[in-house]
Amino acid sequence: MQTFRLVIKNAFRHKLRTSLTVLGIAIAILAFGLLQTVVGAWYAGVEASSATRLVTRNSISIIFFLPLSYKEKISQIPGVKQITYASWFGGIYLSEKNFIPNFAVDAKSFLELYPEFILPEKQKKDFLRDKKAGVAGRKTAEKFGWKIGDTITLKGTIFTGNWDFNLRGIYRGAQKGTDETQFFFHWDYLNESLRKTVPRRADQVGWYSIGVTHPDRAAEVAAAIDKTFKNSLAETMTETEKAFQLGFVSMTEAIIIAIRIVAFVVIIIIMAVMANTMAMTARERIGEYAIMKTLGFGGGHIAGIIFGESLIIAFMGCALGIAFTYPAAEAFGEAMSTFFPIFNVKSQTIYLDIAATFIVGLAAALFPAWRAVSLKVADGLRRIG
Amino acid sequence: MEQRKFIVEINHLYKSYRRGSQILPVLQDITLDIAEGEFLALMGPSGSGKSTLLNLIAGIDKADSGSVRVGGLDITALSETELAQWRHSHVGFIFQFYNLIPVLTAFENVELPLLLSGLSRKERKEHARMALRIVNLADRMEHYPSQLSGGQQQRVAIARAVVTDPVILVADEPTGDLDRVSAKETLDLMERLVHELGKTIIMVTHDPRAAEKAHIVRELDKGVLNADIQAGH
Ligand SMILES: Nc1ncnc2c1ncn2[C@@H]1O[C@H](COP(=O)(O)OP(=O)(O)O)[C@@H](O)[C@H]1O
Ligand SMILES: [Mg+2]
Repeated sequence: MQTFRLVIKNAFRHKLRTSLTVLGIAIAILAFGLLQTVVGAWYAGVEASSATRLVTRNSISIIFFLPLSYKEKISQIPGVKQITYASWFGGIYLSEKNFIPNFAVDAKSFLELYPEFILPEKQKKDFLRDKKAGVAGRKTAEKFGWKIGDTITLKGTIFTGNWDFNLRGIYRGAQKGTDETQFFFHWDYLNESLRKTVPRRADQVGWYSIGVTHPDRAAEVAAAIDKTFKNSLAETMTETEKAFQLGFVSMTEAIIIAIRIVAFVVIIIIMAVMANTMAMTARERIGEYAIMKTLGFGGGHIAGIIFGESLIIAFMGCALGIAFTYPAAEAFGEAMSTFFPIFNVKSQTIYLDIAATFIVGLAAALFPAWRAVSLKVADGLRRIG
Repeated sequence: MEQRKFIVEINHLYKSYRRGSQILPVLQDITLDIAEGEFLALMGPSGSGKSTLLNLIAGIDKADSGSVRVGGLDITALSETELAQWRHSHVGFIFQFYNLIPVLTAFENVELPLLLSGLSRKERKEHARMALRIVNLADRMEHYPSQLSGGQQQRVAIARAVVTDPVILVADEPTGDLDRVSAKETLDLMERLVHELGKTIIMVTHDPRAAEKAHIVRELDKGVLNADIQAGH
C-alpha cells in the first residue's frame, strides 16, 4: 500500500457525499464554462475583425449615411490601399425572429478586402455576374436549408418592400472566429431601385471599410480621413474595425460584466461546497489523524493526504464538468446561433476551469489541513478514548 | 533475581494541566525504573493520571519537569519532529478502542507504520505478513476492521504495534472493550510478546485479570506512585 491508496480510499469513503460533491463541482464547472463561452462569443466578432482595416462612418451615428462621393476622396489619401463600402440593409427573412445580419456591399472590392469570407471560384463569378445575386454564410444556409439557385426574399425594414435575391454563393469562414451567418448582396441593386423610388436616399453608403498599406500607421490614416471631411456636410468618424465592433459590443457591456461576475460567483459556490465536504471529513477523521501522528506520521504527511483527497474530488468534478461543457456548448450554440454566430469553447476556458479547480481544491483543504497539523497528539487521542 | 538494565528511567517527573486560570496537578514527583523485558501494569482509580504517565513515557505528551529516559535517551529534550520519528522506531501503541483505520484492510493497517520506514515494498509486505502471523490472523489479512470482532481488531492493532520492532509497547486499557475470552487471548498474546520476543510492556488497566499477567503492578493515586506490589510471579 502506498500513501496514495489511502488518499483514494479516503476520497471514496462516503460514496454518496463524494458523488454529490463531485456532481456539484461538475455543474459549477459547466456553468462557469458556458458563461465564459458566452462572454467569448460576444467578443468573437471583435477578435475576428482585422486591426488593419479601418471603418469610416458618419460621425453623428452609425444610423446616418455618407455620400458615395467620399470613395474617391478617401482613395487618394496616402496610406489607403483598398476601399469598399456597405450599407446595413436590415431585411427580415420570413419572420422577425430569424435574425440574419444582411448588408448591401460593393461586391468585388468587398471580397478583396475580406479574404476571410471564402467563396468557391465558380460561385464568386456567378455572384459578380448576377445583379440580383446574394451570398449567404454556411450556417445561415444550413439553418434555412438554402441551396444555390434558390430565391431568397427579404422584407425590407429600412428600405421598404420585398426584395428577391438569387442565392449564388455560400461562403465559409477562413478562421474559427469568422462569422458564417451573414447575408450580403450587391449595393448597386439596392441603389438602382432607390434611384427610382426614393432618389434622395440614393448614392449613400452606411460605411466605408479601408485597407491600409502599413497597419502600424492606421491611426495616422484614420486621422487624415476625418480631417479631410471636417466641416463638410457629413463629418466622418474613422476607427479600426476592432474599435468599430467594440462600439457595437460595448452597448451591452453591462450585461457582459454581469455574466462575468456570475461566473466568478459560481467559483465561490463550488469553493463553499468543497470546503464544507472537507470540513465534515476532517472533523470525522481527527481521531485517525491523531492515531497516525502517534504512529510517527508528521503533520506535513497528513496535510498532504488531506490536500490530495481534496484535489482528487475537485478534479473529478472538473473533469466531469469539462466533459459536459462541450456537448452543452454545442446544444446551446445551436439554439442561440442567431445571437452568437460563433460559439466555441476556448482552450482558455478549460485552463481557467483547471486553475479554478486547483485553487478550490487547495482552499478547501487549507483549514482541515491546518487543524490536522496543529493537532496535539495527546489531545487527539483523548478525544477518541 | 538477575540484574537487568533499565529500559525506562523516570526521574522526578511532574505534569499539570491548565484549566482556565486553574492549574491542575496530575503527576507529582514520579520516579520509576522499568527493566528490559518487563511486563508492568499501572493501576489506579479513574483520573489518577495513568494515561498521562503512559503518554509521557511514549513521547506523545510533554512533562513540566523531570526526565524520561528510554534506552538511555532523554526524550523530554526532543522536539516534536524528533519525537515523532523516535516514536515510530521505538514505541508500539495498543489502545482501548483498537483505533484501526476503517478504510484499510487488516494487512494495510499493519503495513501503515512501515510507510515511514525506508523499507522496500516487498520488505514491507513480508514484515506485515510476519506480524499478522504472530497474532495468528494470517487468514484475515484482507478483512476490513468492520468485518472483524473486537478481539481480532485488537490483535491487528497489536500486529501494527510490533511490526516496526519497537523496544517498548504501551497499552492503555487494552482489554477495556473486550469480552472475557477475547481479553484473555489478548493478554496471552501480550505475555508471549514479552517472553518470546523480549518486548517491554507498560500497560494501564483496571482489569484485575490483566494485572495478574503482569510481572509488576504499580498503583497511581492522585498523581502519586505507591510502593511496589509484586504480582504473583
Ligand atoms: N488535556 C487536558 N486538559 C486538562 N485536564 C486534563 C487533560 N488531560 C487529562 N486531564 C486531567 O488529568 C487527570 C488525569 O487524567 P488521565 O491521565 O487520563 O487519568 P486516568 O488515565 O488515570 O484515568 C484527569 O483529572 C483529567 O481530567
Ligand atoms: Mg486513562
